[in-house]
Amino acid sequence: MTRFITSSFSHLILLIGILIMVVPVWMIFASSTHTSSMINMNGLQMFLGDSFYENYLRVLLYQGGFFKEITALKMFFNSFIMATGVAILSVVTSLMAAYALVYYRIKYATLLFWIIFITILVPLELRIFPTYSVMAELNLVNSYFGLIVPISASAIATLFFRQFYKTVPDELLESAKLDGANTWRFFVDFLIPLSKTMIVAMLIFMFVFGYNQYLWPLLVTTSEQYWTVVMGLKMMSGSIVHRFAFVMMSMVPPILIIIVLQKYFIKGVFQDK
Amino acid sequence: MKKVQFKSSYSQYLFLAPQLGILLIFLYWPIIQTFRDAFTMQDAFGFGSKFVWFDNFLFIFDDPAYFIAFKFTIIYSFVITLITGSIGLLLAVQANNVMHGKSTYKTLLIWPYAIAPAVVGVMANYFFSERFGLLYHLFHELWGFNWYESVFDSYIYVIIAGSWKQISANFIFFLAGLQAIQKSVIEASMIDCKNSFRRFWTITFPLLMPTTFFLIIINITYAFFDTFGIIDTTTIGAPSGETRTLVYKAYMDGFRGLDLGSAGAQSIMMMLIVLIITIFQFRYIEGKIHYN
Repeated sequence: MTRFITSSFSHLILLIGILIMVVPVWMIFASSTHTSSMINMNGLQMFLGDSFYENYLRVLLYQGGFFKEITALKMFFNSFIMATGVAILSVVTSLMAAYALVYYRIKYATLLFWIIFITILVPLELRIFPTYSVMAELNLVNSYFGLIVPISASAIATLFFRQFYKTVPDELLESAKLDGANTWRFFVDFLIPLSKTMIVAMLIFMFVFGYNQYLWPLLVTTSEQYWTVVMGLKMMSGSIVHRFAFVMMSMVPPILIIIVLQKYFIKGVFQDK
Repeated sequence: MKKVQFKSSYSQYLFLAPQLGILLIFLYWPIIQTFRDAFTMQDAFGFGSKFVWFDNFLFIFDDPAYFIAFKFTIIYSFVITLITGSIGLLLAVQANNVMHGKSTYKTLLIWPYAIAPAVVGVMANYFFSERFGLLYHLFHELWGFNWYESVFDSYIYVIIAGSWKQISANFIFFLAGLQAIQKSVIEASMIDCKNSFRRFWTITFPLLMPTTFFLIIINITYAFFDTFGIIDTTTIGAPSGETRTLVYKAYMDGFRGLDLGSAGAQSIMMMLIVLIITIFQFRYIEGKIHYN
């Protein structure tokens, strides 16, 4: 009986927690399916209306921005390119760097280690104007390259891969060497398949990180052609229901990825625990 | 370090080169420039700059707005850490308790983690707008809530907006921490201590210390840096600069005011703060807690 009471209590607390998370998002979604005049008269809505297709299609295809040069569809495309670019570039470079740090006897290893990992302490927000002027000097403002590379300059994934490699038993390399594998074959044929979960976890983490960037795209894109979804929130004009619809759509890609791939994500991040 | 390693004169550098190259060009070069900005002053027409030692730093210490931002950032980090940590822990303990539906609860509580702070801010905006914001009207009924004018009310606004999604991160990490505790420890403690409330605080919680301190750092970093998108989409510093974080103020001074010297000096002050927190974590906390 007491077990039943304590477990009901747990379910109740969890239910309240879920409501706090779900209700605000649901209300914006429900409101996004109504007409603007309805919202302006009656406020946010709890139940669905019947303007779903009308509102969402208009937001996706409407030419927005100051110069009416960009649609939400193009912004999603840009965000996708940026997030994918950040994920792949940072994960590939981190995998390689961590490999060199763990599997090689390097001169000045400690110095190299610190040069790489101290960067975690200096997030982009702390060097945003100088980064911008470097990009301007290299003529990379208003380009996918400019959106992607400074965000990928991160050693967080390197830290995770390094931790992971250190738990790989030494026997793996010994037997690979007996099989005649050279450094490149060992990396590609042995280590990478072994780190699959961690790689997926880091790809997810960096994809969401790249997709959610707000300040950097705001600064580095002056041409509307390179606007991303999250920065576009501030730029989009339109009536209230269209803004609701845009907000709803903007959160779909990262949430979908986290929910669908949550097993990998949780397993990868907590592997060493 | 591995006992078995590769020895080569060059191939390790091929593996290091891509990341090192990106870090040197897109991180170290800007950092050097930040220091250059912080110690120089542009002349009024932007033609040249001269070395001014610590003048830019002295100016920010003379600026009352800097201390307002400093005070807010400290309060903001503290309150967000406290709120999201305790709610995250409460939910994680309950989720770890239940027999059925553990993974469903996990899925239903994990997704807000993925939402961008700026998106959260825009949503919070709708709930705190004077026109149809539900929370605005609820709080207004209760005590005359008005974040456009009251500093306290604007704090409440940005704290709610800033805490919402961060509860998820705390929940995930605490749950993982709880699941890592060995069953035998819990079973033994159940025999020794019948009171589940006391059992939690004397056995389970001390075992969660590594997770707790890790989360404190994560939450402080979040409140310092990631909340830019939230501030910029909610109060924009309203009533009059009281809800600006240090990062937000540095950005505004650099972008709106085109004062790169001051922005650089403020960035370096923040680097110092981050450094102090990190050293504190490594030296003090890592030594005092025990890992299971």
